[in-house]
Formats: sequence, structure tokens, C-alpha cells
Amino acid sequence: MEEIHSPLNDQAALAESQRCLYCYDAPCIHACPTGIDVPTFIKKIAAGEVASAAKTILTANILGASCARVCPTEVLCEGACVLGHEYEPIQIGRLQRHATDFVAAHGISVLKMPAEKSGFRVAIIGGGPAGLGCAAELAQLGHHAVIFEKEPNAGGLNTRGVAYYKMKPRVSLDEVRLVESLGVEIRTGVNVGEDLTGEELHSVYDAVFVAIGLGSESHLGIPSETGPGVRSALDFIRDIHEMPLEEVAIGKSVLVIGGGNTAIDAVNQAKRLGAPSATLAYRRKEVDMSAYTFEVALARAAECRMVFEAKPVEVVRDVDGNLAGVKFIHSSSGQEWIEPCDQLLLAIGQPKQDSLLKKLFPALEIDAQGCVITDPLTGRTSLPKIFSGGDCANGGKEVVNAVGDGKKAAMEIHRMLTGKPATPTKQSSRQGITRPPSGAGLWNPVRPPNH
Amino acid sequence: MADLSVTFAGIRSPNPFWLASGPPTNTAYQAHRAFEAGWGGIVWKTIGEPTPNVASRYSALRLGNKRMVGFNNIELISDRSPETNFRELKEVKERWPDRVLIASLMTDTREHWHDLIRRGEDAGVDGFELNFGCPHGMCERGMGSAVGQNPDVAEKITSWVMEVASKPVIVKLTPNITDITQAARAAKRGGANAISLINTIRSITQVNLDNFVPEPYVDGASTHGGYCGPAVKPIALNMVQNCAQDTEFGLPISGIGGISNWRDAAEFLALGATTIQVCTAVMHHGFRIVEDMIDGLSAYLDSKSMESPRELVGRAVPSLRKWEDLNLNFKRVARIDHDTCIGCNLCHIACEDGAHQCIDLLDPETTEIGYGPGRLMGKSVPVVREEDCVGCNLCSLVCPVDGCVSMVEIPSKAAPMSWSQYQSRLSKCDIEPIPAHP
Repeated sequence: MEEIHSPLNDQAALAESQRCLYCYDAPCIHACPTGIDVPTFIKKIAAGEVASAAKTILTANILGASCARVCPTEVLCEGACVLGHEYEPIQIGRLQRHATDFVAAHGISVLKMPAEKSGFRVAIIGGGPAGLGCAAELAQLGHHAVIFEKEPNAGGLNTRGVAYYKMKPRVSLDEVRLVESLGVEIRTGVNVGEDLTGEELHSVYDAVFVAIGLGSESHLGIPSETGPGVRSALDFIRDIHEMPLEEVAIGKSVLVIGGGNTAIDAVNQAKRLGAPSATLAYRRKEVDMSAYTFEVALARAAECRMVFEAKPVEVVRDVDGNLAGVKFIHSSSGQEWIEPCDQLLLAIGQPKQDSLLKKLFPALEIDAQGCVITDPLTGRTSLPKIFSGGDCANGGKEVVNAVGDGKKAAMEIHRMLTGKPATPTKQSSRQGITRPPSGAGLWNPVRPPNH
Repeated sequence: MADLSVTFAGIRSPNPFWLASGPPTNTAYQAHRAFEAGWGGIVWKTIGEPTPNVASRYSALRLGNKRMVGFNNIELISDRSPETNFRELKEVKERWPDRVLIASLMTDTREHWHDLIRRGEDAGVDGFELNFGCPHGMCERGMGSAVGQNPDVAEKITSWVMEVASKPVIVKLTPNITDITQAARAAKRGGANAISLINTIRSITQVNLDNFVPEPYVDGASTHGGYCGPAVKPIALNMVQNCAQDTEFGLPISGIGGISNWRDAAEFLALGATTIQVCTAVMHHGFRIVEDMIDGLSAYLDSKSMESPRELVGRAVPSLRKWEDLNLNFKRVARIDHDTCIGCNLCHIACEDGAHQCIDLLDPETTEIGYGPGRLMGKSVPVVREEDCVGCNLCSLVCPVDGCVSMVEIPSKAAPMSWSQYQSRLSKCDIEPIPAHP
């Protein structure tokens, strides 16, 4: 299965980069939660300086390669592009991919490390995008970062939870290696809370960054839910990443319950991997779906079926206990029906990590939703020396938001440890803008309207 | 519907669009194709003692996605024999009697010039163009621009030609000279019937940064080439206008230099050319481009209620004046239409760093401008401080949206006053000195 957006060849990238107006104080920078200086990197591609373009991207966002693929650019940088109103916005995502792929393919290292190390050590719990973003920034500020990751590979949902047609796991694993190349230590297979305690980390390290993400899939809580044929959509996507594609179990008739982007990814993947029938059932109306409209359109284009206002009441099984379907009740008409299926994938949201958080740091303040209470500009929590970011603090946002959270926390940790503020990544194309009027992306990302 | 036919130095042409002497006018085959496409006239590739050529011969300036914005060549005059060229000229003229066929010539001695002219007349051409312009290769042999850069020599050779020519003679001028009108006057003194300009400009288009050899590459070396194409149009327009405005000159002008479409052609006509010649645009897109030139010029003349291109010729010449005669009291300022502004802020940064620091970035809410089509919430908007705007045009030139920044005339209470009037009033103590800009 190929990635859905093909890479740009050199000439196409050159032509596209030359369309960029090179705005001053460009809105794409304001819309990027890591504040990538988009006009500057595009200008560099136009000048044939692709490696230098990658440097601009990666200094702002260490996961620039995966963000180029998984970012919903339509509602981020490209949604903000000034050419989007009357013309076509610049294909920022594909240009970013062009530059980051170039340095990855040629093994060019573009990030500079300070020769002098500070001697400070920071523990990072969780090797997902937030943890990697924090670790990379700390390393570039001269500190020693150690990531504790419970899985065999770091990368988090980028490695295991992104639909295969959007990004292959290789891209994420390359990024993990890039972070390691900066001197970051990644200890995989370590389950903090089981193998070692939060208190141990707190006492041994100069600071701790908590980036444990969200839990695995929630349950419906309806009769006959447990049993063969039913699994979480995230596990299904994870299989696609970790197993040879021909070994991934795909039903003849796949039913996905949920209305978010994971649900859409799962139904789309099932259909693209050869399920004769793939249906998405959502308990509310289509307009209420949290999935991006362009993702929904993509699934429709792949001939996925969708039913709405479908409230699941019971999982139907045959006499042998095999999955036969799901009984739904239609919210507005009250009509009941059975949607037959031989594989049921649940994508009804990831549970919050409040119990794990309480176990790690009992005194840590957690909000009613189960998220760590943080200052979004610094990642500071209610406890000194403990910082947090990514899904466990923001409740579940994009990869790029997690990287931004990690980066901001790293800068605050640096300030706390050294007493000196970290200089934010230079945004050349905004030269002379002293006061970010609406944030320069990293500090206060502005969300363009979803068209 | 306007009649596009023109008469140039006594030569009648069905339209003002001619092909300039160059690679597209090298053979009868090309000439037939060009006339089929609709060109009014052809200036044949320069005939003389045939010369070998080198590979490669061309290079170009590329700007962003636009290729061949400027073009440079080191190809010399025809590498075919005069016999072949004159035979083909005769053949072409017989097949296309209503079109204009001009023989471009370049040689050295008086006898050789006489010989070429006689053979051209025998072939039935409508006129001659004397190539005093090529700035590469032939000038090293004392021909081309070596002649054009020396008005006395140009005059002398023109007079040799006029001794035997019965058909109109056009002298093609080189722009590689300080004052083009000196060259034009020399041609007139020699007896020429018309001039054409500009020939190409001596140039180097690009340097290969790996081997340090400029293009076009010839076995580890290069040479200065002749520059042409869209990028030279402003230089050509200036020189055409200089000649058209020169009261001592007064001969017909065939305009050449970067013409690609009817609009370029119309500008040359407005600045004093009666016919125009095209080469690079045809090398880029083929003879077919003349269709648009004919249609476009025709529609333009109709829209201006002009019946002939003659009514357009020279219309813009008088509006070119000396700087000292321009009105110092004329005021215009930039005005930004915030309903079409997409928020790129290029006007601001251009003014801030490149001009007069009079476009501010302000909060769209406190200014009550609100959000235009492309501006993100909270993002600042460019606003002109009109009292400080000097009316330089820069913001309107960089703005990517047509019509978004307009230059608005501010009626002045003061009567028009030029620099020369100002100087004379100052000397009479009739006026206070204009204060220096702070």
C-alpha cells in the first residue's frame, strides 16, 4: 500500500516553491503549532537549497517529516495560505516532505549540537511526538535527555497509530533515529509505574517531562461486546504497521463504530486492504463527526459506507459465539436494525490516563477530564520539576501540537535549570516583528477556519 | 475592423508584424511556414561570406517558473552560401508576392557590399537591412557592431550601399552604444531610408558554478553573447523612443526587442515604430504566435476607434519629457483595498525596508478594517500613512492582487511647477526653497 500523497519530484517542487509569495509575517507560520518558518524554507527550495530548507523545518519541528504527511494541513498552514482564498494554496505539506525526505535519503545531518553540555539530566516519560519534541529541543540546548518508552519502539502513534496510506512507520522510525543522533537516550520496553516509579525519576533527574499520551480504546458497554471479532481500531491500525500486510486479519464485512479520525482511518484502511464491505456507524449526524471533512470524502471515494444516528444496543452473535452483527437503534426514528459484520472495530475515543498519572505522581493536579493541568506556554504542572505536554495534557490533539508542547516545555526546563531563557527558533521571514501580534505559531497557534 | 496594413519606407506590408533576421528566417522552408502563419514580412538571416558556427550557441535567463525571460546567442550570420540564400529569397518572393521580404546583409569592402545589393535586387527582395549590430563574433572581424559603434564608419558603408541600391535600405542599429541617436543620425547622413533597432545587447547570462564556465558552453569556454528576449524590451523601447523623438532624425523605425505579443507590439508603435520585428518569441513558441498579435492589435485598434496602426504610431512619444519638465506638485498616494487584500504584507515590508516606511501593520479590530478574504483572525493589516506616502508606486508593484493597491491622485492646491520653473523662480527670489525631506 502506497502513501496516498505522492512525493513531489525535484522539478515539481521547484515550480511549486516558486509560486510562494514569500509573505512577510506569513499566516502559515501563525497557523503552525511548532512555528515553522514556512516562507523561508520554501524560498530555500526555490533557490535549490533543499538541505537548508530541511534545517529550517527541523530546527522548528524535529518531526517535520511525519508532520508533512499526517498534519491536517487544510486546517493548519495551507488553510492559512493567502493564496487559498482566490487560488490554490501552496502545497506546504508536500514541499516540507520534499525537503525532509531529501536529507533523510542522503543522510545529511542539518542540526547543530552545542559543543558544551550543561550536565543537566531530564527524564521523559513516553517516546511519542511530545516526548521526542521535548528531548530533541533539550539536546539542542545542551542537556541530556532520557526517554522511557514502554513499547519496543519509540514514536508513539506515529509509529503505530497512523493510517498506513498516510504514512509508513519507517518515516517515524527514521525520526526516532534522528532524535537519538542528537544524543538523546531512549530506553524502550520500560514501563514507568511498573518497572520504576515516578518518585525514582523525580529524585534522580533534574526535571521530568510527562508525555504518556492516552490509553487504548474505550468500550461500548453493551451486551456481548467481549468476544471474538471485536477489537479496537487502534490495535487494528497497529497490526498494519507491525505485521506483513497479508497477515493482517481483515473481515469480509467490516464495521467500524465511531465518528472521529481514527474511525475514518480504520474504515478506509479496511476497505483499501481488501474488505469487500466496510461500513462506519456513528451515533450522531454526519455534521457532528469530529473527523475532518476531507478524510470523510477520502473514505467515501474508497467506497466505504456510512450510517448515521446509529446507537449501538447489542453485539449480535451466533450460537457458536461468532460475531454476526450489531443491533442499532436509530436516534430520531427509534427504528431498530441489525448491521451484519464479521469484524467489529471500535474507535470511540481513547480513555484519559488519570489512573496512571495518579499512580506516577499522586500529588499531580488533574482536571475533571483526566488531563494534567498545565500552563500551555511552558508545560509547567502543579509540581515543580514536573512538566507535561502532548495528548495526556491537551486531551488529544495533532502530532504537531504534541511536538510544540514538548518544545515549549523543553525551553521552560532550560530556563528553570540554567536561569537563562532559551532563544526561540529564528523566523527570518518575520524579521523585525518584535511583538507576535497573534502568536508566531509556537506560542499561540491560530486555527484557520475549516472550509 | 481596422486595416492593419502599413507602408514602411515605401514598402507596403499587410501588417506591421515582421520576423527579425535570425535563426527563424534562415531558410525558404521556414519562410513559407512563417507566411502561412500570417507574418507580414521577413528579414532574412544575414547574408554574407558564409561562416562556420560553434556548438552550443544559445543560453537563457530563467526567472522562477518562467523560462527564457532573457535569451542570449553566439550564432553568427548565415552559414549558407549567398547563392543558396538569394535563390531561396527569389523562390519565396515569387510564392508570396504580397508579403515583405528583406535581405539582411553584412560584408566588408565596398565591392562586396555592391555585389550583395545587386544580387538581392536580382532576387526581387523588397528592401535591405544592413546588419551593423551583431555584438559577437562578426565584430571581431570588423563587421556588425564594430561598424554600428562607429558612426563615421556606419555612415560611410551606408553611403556605399546607397550608390547601387534602388530598393529601400534599413540600417539595423546596435544598442551597445552610449547615445543611440548618434548612430541613427549617421545612418541618415549615409542616405538610409529607415532604421531598425535594437540588435542584441552584449551579455553573459549565467555562470556554471561547478566548472566556472559561463553559458553557452563551448569546449571549456564561452564568449560574450547577444542578449534579447522579453527582458530587453524596456531598453529597446527607450532607444526606439529616443530616435522617434530626435527632430534631426525623422526616418521610419522598425522596432525590435523582446516583443512577444500584440501588447508589446502596440507599445513599440506608440513609441514611434511603424513595423515591429520578432525573433526570440518565435524561437520559443513558433510562428503561430502571430495569430494572437494580429487579432489582439486589431481588437485594440477597434476599441480605440483607430482605423489603422498609423494612428497609433508615435502616440506616446511626446509624453516622454526630461525629468526637469515634470510637475513637482503632482501628488499621488497608495491606497489599499482591504476587501481584496489577502494579507501577504509584501507592501509593508517593501515600503519598510525598500522605500519610505509609510505602511504600518495595524490591528484589524482597532482600525475597524476587519478581516479581508485571506487574513487570519488577529493578524495585522497593512495601512498606508498617506501624509508620509511619497507616491513611489513600489507597494502597488509588489502587491500580488490586481487592483488591490491603487495609486490615487491627490488634487494639489499648488499650480504645476517643474524643476526648471522652480530653478528660475528661485533665482528671481519668487519662491521659498522646498524643504529637504526629513
